[in-house]
Amino acid sequence: MDTLQLLWFGLIGLLWAGYLVLEGFDFGVGALLPSLGAGQDAEDTEKRRRVMLTTIGPHWDGNEVWLLTAGGATFAAFPEWYATMFSAFYLPLLLVLVALIVRNMGFEYRGKRDDATWRKRWDLAIIGGSVVAPFLVGVALTNVVRGVPINGDMEYVGNLFTLLNPLSLLGGLTVLALSLTHGAFFLALKTSGSIREDARRMGTVLGLVTAGLAVVTLLWLNLSTGSVWSWVTTVVAAVSLLAAIYANTLAREGWAFIGTAVTAAAAVATYFLALYPDVMPTTLAGGQSLTIENASSSPLTLKIMTGAALVFTPIVLIYTAYTYYTFRKRIGTQHIPAPVAVK
Amino acid sequence: MGSSLDVARWQFAITTVYHFLFVPVTIGMSGVVAYFHTQWVRTHRPEYYRLTKFFGKLFLINFALGLVTGIVQEFQFGMNWSDYSRFVGDIFGAPLAFEALLAFFLESTFLGVWIFGWGRIPEKLHASTMWLTHVGTVLSAYFILAANSFMQHPVGYTFNPTTGRAEMSDFVAVLTNKVQLVTFPHVVLSAYMVGGAVIMGVALWLLRRDRDTDDAPMYRKAVRVGAVVSLVASLGVIVSGDVQGKIMTEVQPMKMAAAEALYDTTSNAPFSVLSIGPLDGSSATRIIEVPGLLSFLGTGSFDGTVEGINDLKVSERAMAEKVGQQYGPDVAKLVAADDYTPIIPVAYWTFRLMMGAGFLTMLFAAMALWATRKNGVPQARWWTWIAVLTPLLPIVANSFGWIFTEMGRQPWLVYGLMTTATGVSPSVSVGEVWVSMVVYTLLYAALAVVEVKLFLTYVRRGAEPFEDPADHADSAEDAPLQFAY
Repeated sequence: MDTLQLLWFGLIGLLWAGYLVLEGFDFGVGALLPSLGAGQDAEDTEKRRRVMLTTIGPHWDGNEVWLLTAGGATFAAFPEWYATMFSAFYLPLLLVLVALIVRNMGFEYRGKRDDATWRKRWDLAIIGGSVVAPFLVGVALTNVVRGVPINGDMEYVGNLFTLLNPLSLLGGLTVLALSLTHGAFFLALKTSGSIREDARRMGTVLGLVTAGLAVVTLLWLNLSTGSVWSWVTTVVAAVSLLAAIYANTLAREGWAFIGTAVTAAAAVATYFLALYPDVMPTTLAGGQSLTIENASSSPLTLKIMTGAALVFTPIVLIYTAYTYYTFRKRIGTQHIPAPVAVK
Repeated sequence: MGSSLDVARWQFAITTVYHFLFVPVTIGMSGVVAYFHTQWVRTHRPEYYRLTKFFGKLFLINFALGLVTGIVQEFQFGMNWSDYSRFVGDIFGAPLAFEALLAFFLESTFLGVWIFGWGRIPEKLHASTMWLTHVGTVLSAYFILAANSFMQHPVGYTFNPTTGRAEMSDFVAVLTNKVQLVTFPHVVLSAYMVGGAVIMGVALWLLRRDRDTDDAPMYRKAVRVGAVVSLVASLGVIVSGDVQGKIMTEVQPMKMAAAEALYDTTSNAPFSVLSIGPLDGSSATRIIEVPGLLSFLGTGSFDGTVEGINDLKVSERAMAEKVGQQYGPDVAKLVAADDYTPIIPVAYWTFRLMMGAGFLTMLFAAMALWATRKNGVPQARWWTWIAVLTPLLPIVANSFGWIFTEMGRQPWLVYGLMTTATGVSPSVSVGEVWVSMVVYTLLYAALAVVEVKLFLTYVRRGAEPFEDPADHADSAEDAPLQFAY
């Protein structure tokens, strides 16, 4: 295994971490729409929902590019991994794509008509998509680390039910719960008025549920395939999550949000450290695990990709940071303009 | 049930053609909306503000669908075409990763800023975010077309017998593939044709409806901007298309022969505008044949020799056998095919439909420019049809162009290196491919209905009355946002 292969294994881990940290909170906001969005009456509910959606409005699309980049980078740096993984997780991935499609359409179309039925349908799309996508992403990533039946030709030989094993389902629930907590902390940080307080209250409960799920998932993974380093990141994930919950109870909203961001990143790091040196282990006796070494691209392709990543990732990070800075102001129901006059 | 190859091909065709209905609108319209926005910032004339907002909304309604269907594209290669991904991923993956890193981040991030930026960022910066979005869409086109051009004319690679796959040897060669250098302008200019045509068609419809109102001069201006963009772009489309034809004749002679259903090698080969009967080389009757035109399109000379399908069948097989001998039995399997001919009627007709729809767009744009000169308003009833058809024609032309270029390459997936039949995912069952195809088709159809209805609702509504954004400036902390979801 050479340095560049290792670097790209790490970079793909970083892209997944970025994806769960960023899209994680917009998944959470979408999924919390029915609970946190509930107001005193229909008008208040509608305003609260619009506040919530407006907090993620300028960001969700950019956040989702982290997933596309993780996909593209895996294709370029580890074509075998890309080919095996996406053909193996065929039906779950189809569902993820459908979930992302309907929720994205929901964000853009929901407010384009002033019509309760129209809004209700798109709300369902947003909520459903925001629950299904993180759950299945969690199931898929956990299956990658846990291992799936792959034969000597690097082809997946299981079926849909192979993927729905207890550990992976638990992993899915953990990612979902973490996204909900992260989303609640994001809303506490970005809204004002009663949504902010409700988000804090809900965040603590969600955080404790997440802590329970995450501890079981990460311990299970570590005990079956862990290393010293994956234990270290597990501890980091646990401590940062507890610190986030604590900060939240003190109304230190920025710290709470940073806390769950670190938790998500440390959880992905744990997954990747437990995975190393494989990228997709097989559970079959005569099978061929995909490893960093046997799944990777040629040295030249990795070199080109490294150059591009070194130059362009900082630029992307700078303008992404700029957008968060630009839209840093808290939003409350008083900021919501009248609905568009289109029936 | 069919084989999973057939279903996977249909799925790719459906999802990709559908995706590409929205892509050229996005590329073209983002440029024109950015222009309107810049004009507003420069002149502060209300009509530019209203046009920016109005076409900006239409742009976003369209963009949403282009975006969501694009996610499918990124994953489809691994899902349905895993053997393809394994064999050429070392080369093909890089442009896709570049596209995500350089283009998707740029367009998604700055479009978000543009949508929510009203009243929240300085106006010059605001206009520039739409330009950055536009640059993102064009960069995206560059990288994905570089990937496609590799499939049309593989360059910059070597076969590695140890790993058993094609590997990158020269990335610059991949990015400056001669097919790419002419396909990129052809596709992007076609997208400007579409963007201009959408603006022209919508504005023309509104101009005729609101001809007696104060809005008429604004819509006339939009008609003219759209028509000029479309017309100028179409000239570039013709020039780039002409060069493309010659390069195609050189690197994929079979595709050019298929485009005319030319079976026998001919010098001074004619081009038929239409024909009747089967195109199997037996008895088709050509209508309106232009002598020597095919030779000119393919070689640049009316006396040039264009190879026919019958000869090319033989030479393609010889090429495949040579590649097989050179790279060994595993590759020999990848290049073996029963027949090296694409489906001739598909190639023949899509080629003509592409050009016909394109020329009609040009004609309509020119007519609209003529009819709106000197403050004119097109009066006759049939102008409604022109308003409706103008946006649709270049979109259809784009689709036929792609169907031609992809179907015309068959049976090859990567020309001369891998057949389509050998690219599918072996581990995915035909049932699974069916499920995903049905799901995508139903979902896409439903979304199309929603999109078109919404788009038309917003067209009928017309541009909103002018509200000076300066009135919002320095407003109180608790004032409503100028835009929120």
